[in-house]
Amino acid sequence: MEEALKSQGPVHAPPEGFLRKWVFSLDHKVIGKQYYALALVSVFVGMVLSWLMRFHLVWPNTKIPGLELIAKTGAPGGIITPEYYLSLLTMHGTLMVFFVLTNAPFAGFGNYFLPIQIGAEDMAFPRFNMMSFWTTFVAFVVLIAAFFIPDGPPISGWTAYAPLSAVGKDAGPGLGWGQNLWVISIGIFCIGQLLGSLNFIATTLDLRAKGMTLMRMPISTWAWFITSSIGLLAFAVLLPACLLLLLDRMAGTSFFIPSGLVVSDRLQNHAGGSPLLWQHLFWFFGHPEVYIAILPAVGIVSHVLTNSLRKPLLSAKVIIYSMMSIGFLSWMVWGHHMFVSGMNPFSSLLFSFPTLTITIPATIITLIWLGSLYGANIQINAASFFALGFISMFVSGGVSGFFLAQPSIDIYLHATYFVVGHFHMVMGVAAIFAIFSGTYFWFPKMTGRMMNETLGMLHFWITFVGTCCIFMPFHYLGLVGNVRRYSSFVDDFMPALMPLHKFITIAALTTGAAQFIFLFNLIYSRFRGKPASANPWRGTSLEWSIPSPPPWNNFGGVHPVVYHDPHQYGVKGSTGDFVMQTSPEQILNE
Amino acid sequence: MSSTIQSRLMLPRRSFPAKGSESGIWIAMFAITMSFAAFTSALFIRQASTDWTHIAAPPILFASTAVLLMSSLMMELSRREVTAHSSSDINTNRKASALAAATLLLGIAFVGGQYLVWTKLAAQGLYLATNPNSSFFYLLTGVHALHVIGGIVALAYLLAHLVLRSPVRRNLVNGVVIYWHFMTALWLYLLVVICVRL
Repeated sequence: MEEALKSQGPVHAPPEGFLRKWVFSLDHKVIGKQYYALALVSVFVGMVLSWLMRFHLVWPNTKIPGLELIAKTGAPGGIITPEYYLSLLTMHGTLMVFFVLTNAPFAGFGNYFLPIQIGAEDMAFPRFNMMSFWTTFVAFVVLIAAFFIPDGPPISGWTAYAPLSAVGKDAGPGLGWGQNLWVISIGIFCIGQLLGSLNFIATTLDLRAKGMTLMRMPISTWAWFITSSIGLLAFAVLLPACLLLLLDRMAGTSFFIPSGLVVSDRLQNHAGGSPLLWQHLFWFFGHPEVYIAILPAVGIVSHVLTNSLRKPLLSAKVIIYSMMSIGFLSWMVWGHHMFVSGMNPFSSLLFSFPTLTITIPATIITLIWLGSLYGANIQINAASFFALGFISMFVSGGVSGFFLAQPSIDIYLHATYFVVGHFHMVMGVAAIFAIFSGTYFWFPKMTGRMMNETLGMLHFWITFVGTCCIFMPFHYLGLVGNVRRYSSFVDDFMPALMPLHKFITIAALTTGAAQFIFLFNLIYSRFRGKPASANPWRGTSLEWSIPSPPPWNNFGGVHPVVYHDPHQYGVKGSTGDFVMQTSPEQILNE
Repeated sequence: MSSTIQSRLMLPRRSFPAKGSESGIWIAMFAITMSFAAFTSALFIRQASTDWTHIAAPPILFASTAVLLMSSLMMELSRREVTAHSSSDINTNRKASALAAATLLLGIAFVGGQYLVWTKLAAQGLYLATNPNSSFFYLLTGVHALHVIGGIVALAYLLAHLVLRSPVRRNLVNGVVIYWHFMTALWLYLLVVICVRL
């Protein structure tokens, strides 16, 4: 130990110079903010893409000024072609799932707060951490580059089903270099996430402060820890899958392309591949990915709610165990995305059972949240409202999952707007609500300034009502047979649905516009917000024991000692109705 | 909070816990295992197709297996030399450096051997895209070789420390050694897959 003391000072030197401080920073807090910023850029790009799609669906012949400059062939004269609609859809899904829902709640907030919440100076491997962000950034640039090549972005959806994604440019626009860029981008993204997950796990296992037992970690830390364990294994499967796809596309192998496939009147020079293999590999990653997006959200919301309710949740332990079971079960359910893929019908039954089982821990978590509301002295602010909004979205979106989990019902609902409504609410909007909740909650810590609450509440109500107006009707559309991924509705019964589609589009444009309130609040508060104290929300966990914003080495070179779990709310402490984890004072009936 | 409590709270920070690279390597091994499990399941699904054939494993493969096993032995002996001494003179051992250097050379020889195997197969007209068996052969051996090259880079870094007698952390030594043995074990698994399934 003595030798170690000599050879190892702080985890890294204090940052000096612009590049080390802000660009190639080793500081987990800067890296967390970089991830958040990347997610913010991605979410606005993704949102504009969804606007374009919604606009085209209801006003297909109205010009979108300026669009022809980016998409000469995709939108000649500013009118979106059916193929370009698919390109927009692919890029919207890819950006949102990978670069927003994975980057913000997990890599962004996780990077910033996981080391602080366990009392560490930084991540276990700060250089890997920096590399993981910049790898992800390169992945983003490679993906966005697809917009600016003559070929345009791919049209195969964010799931890139083979053989469409594997055969190359014969199959349609964007399937030449556009699809290559997509595969390369996702491959690079996997490497970034693997480095990040490795770091999260090693940090949680090795760098906890004295007294920080595993069960004294905040629920948010637990969520990031469980998520990184899932991410480590899930992205380790997507990476080989991307490699195989790339080899099929560029090296002439036949992993996914079957024999005798004729595309655009040309017999493809491949034989024997299995398109189902891609679906298995993709969804073996893809379903755990859903939990990579939602578990950090569950963690953030639990963390915010414990604070806002001013009392401990009914059982933090049960939430943690439920998150673990969700993580475990997430490996057994991938086939429920493939009920109609032509796989053995008996395996549908096998996949249906764990899918329905996974709703049990999810329901337990929800009931704990709801039950904890009873008798709580809830704090009215944007953070707590977005956390409650999350529960609402999670339940509304989750309930439709019960139906989709059953093969006989899914055969009818598969590839309809019902599915789109389901996953947008339970995974997309819910996770975004958790990101908002986390942002309003942690912004004072990250910047030293408070966000504007009036704007925050305005933002919440427009977003909450708006997203309900967008995604609730999706379920109805799906039930009446409105298929997804079509750029126009020409079937007999579809015109009757147009007024509803118009309503959804108007709601989408309005809700999207309301996000600029948030963006304004974010930027305005960063510079002009009310200065924040070290502990503006009277929180118990370690991030509130250090100044806002924290110094570069978090705890100023000293080692915090932890005496309690982070759920000590509603008690009589020396500082009010809570006792901080670092406070050595005795708590009665602890 | 009073200043007395403050001083009780703020003990001097311990050294940065020294487990770092060792746990990192264990975690990375989970991910690598998962990737190869994915390759293997892809192989199992793909072999159901009618164009699945058989390729005879070139004999050089067994020679390079022996080389890799030998390197693992050298690595282990080197580790024992390094850690047999107390932590203060962890790096002052010429024998450890020699054994690590031998490991490095054997590792390079293994990758060279794999390259020879690829040229042999290519000479027989078996390329990456020739048939599913050759695709999987190049894929599995290629990805494994890439991981071995990663190990060689890490070992070279460790060796430089040993030779220059600059302080080296015990967990770095352990990390490199564990990874090296893992590469050998992974190769033995792949060899079985290649012989039995390809």
